[in-house]
Amino acid sequence: MAGASMKDIKLRIKSVESTMQITKAMELVASSKLRGAKLRVERSRPYFEVLHQTLSDIAYSTQDFDSPYIRHREVKRSCYVVIAGDRGLAGGYNTNLFKAAAAHMEGKNVCVLPLGKKAVEYYERRGIELLSKDFAEVAEVNVRSCFEIAKLLTNAFLKGEFDELFLVYTNFVSMLTQSPAVLEMLPLNYQPGAENAGSRKLRLYEPAPEEVYDAIVPEYLAGLVWGAVSESVASELGARRTAMDAASKNAGEMIDELSLRYNRARQGAITQEITEIVAGAEQ
Amino acid sequence: MTSFPLQIVTPDGVSYNGQAEKVRVRTIAGDVCILARHLDYATALGMGEAAITIDGKVRHAACIGGMLAVTNGEVKLVATTFEWAEDIDVQRAQQAKEKAEKQLSNTQLDKKDLLLAEAKLKRALVRLNVNR
Repeated sequence: MAGASMKDIKLRIKSVESTMQITKAMELVASSKLRGAKLRVERSRPYFEVLHQTLSDIAYSTQDFDSPYIRHREVKRSCYVVIAGDRGLAGGYNTNLFKAAAAHMEGKNVCVLPLGKKAVEYYERRGIELLSKDFAEVAEVNVRSCFEIAKLLTNAFLKGEFDELFLVYTNFVSMLTQSPAVLEMLPLNYQPGAENAGSRKLRLYEPAPEEVYDAIVPEYLAGLVWGAVSESVASELGARRTAMDAASKNAGEMIDELSLRYNRARQGAITQEITEIVAGAEQ
Repeated sequence: MTSFPLQIVTPDGVSYNGQAEKVRVRTIAGDVCILARHLDYATALGMGEAAITIDGKVRHAACIGGMLAVTNGEVKLVATTFEWAEDIDVQRAQQAKEKAEKQLSNTQLDKKDLLLAEAKLKRALVRLNVNR
């Protein structure tokens, strides 16, 4: 009896050890990739911020013309760009993102442009209409594909396929914290800041406001998508690193506990054997 | 000459952040030159050469796509591609140019590929033009 359980425990220890090897390797891969991704986030952040701020300044200072990008239409259909990961095993990364997206989408007639294999799978299973499945690999998305995405989105928006556009992604706050966020992309919507609420400055557009907007808005969307992709990729790696770190630690604890049980069982078997021998000699 | 704060950013990072005296860029409607105390202004950038005057010295760059905005005297150049002349990989641009020319010599190209090849050729030519 004791021998069989010793064998079982030994097998358990072996299997936990091999799992630990995998989680450790995944953690190392995620940390080394994270370094590159973090650099990318840091480099793209100023672009993201300056772009956003400049466009809000411009949108605020001009209201004497009409552009389809700033006109609010009756919302019949909303589009969401959802940026998730390509793989699982990243803790709550994908689940948290889908939860945030679902909370925002509630009660709306939606279509989705998924980025990342997990997002494609998730929305396909739920039978939600997908705009395109061309960008399934979020790790492969580069600046040029962001421009393709932006073109696709602006064309669909101008054709009236949807009336508002949101971006769902994960903000890379730090190595340990990532938080999902929803950003409104279209129509452009800016509230006046406190410092410039009273006065509105006149701005010169060349050649004309409409033309400037037509050229800038696709670039603006591409910039936003690029920034969000950079943030999301870094977040995914950060989440995976944390999850795998925790998994390796748990595996270590399990091995310690199992070895203790193994030693106890071994000791119990020896004691029993001695008792049996002694009992036999006394008779 | 009076200088003004200039910020140049691209998706690959900040290319310049400091004072400048003159900024000349190619917009979708032709070249413009911005000097200090310009009124609030916004335009979209085309494909072409940019010349930035810093401390009396002119620096050239390839500047493709994006926008230029002046707000309260601060100039922000948000470009898709912005490469200083000395950073341009001439060999790569030359190769891209030859490849695009070869693609364009094929007459059975569909419209999408044609536009793509044309855009590639234009970008390569801008880069080669800047780094003469």
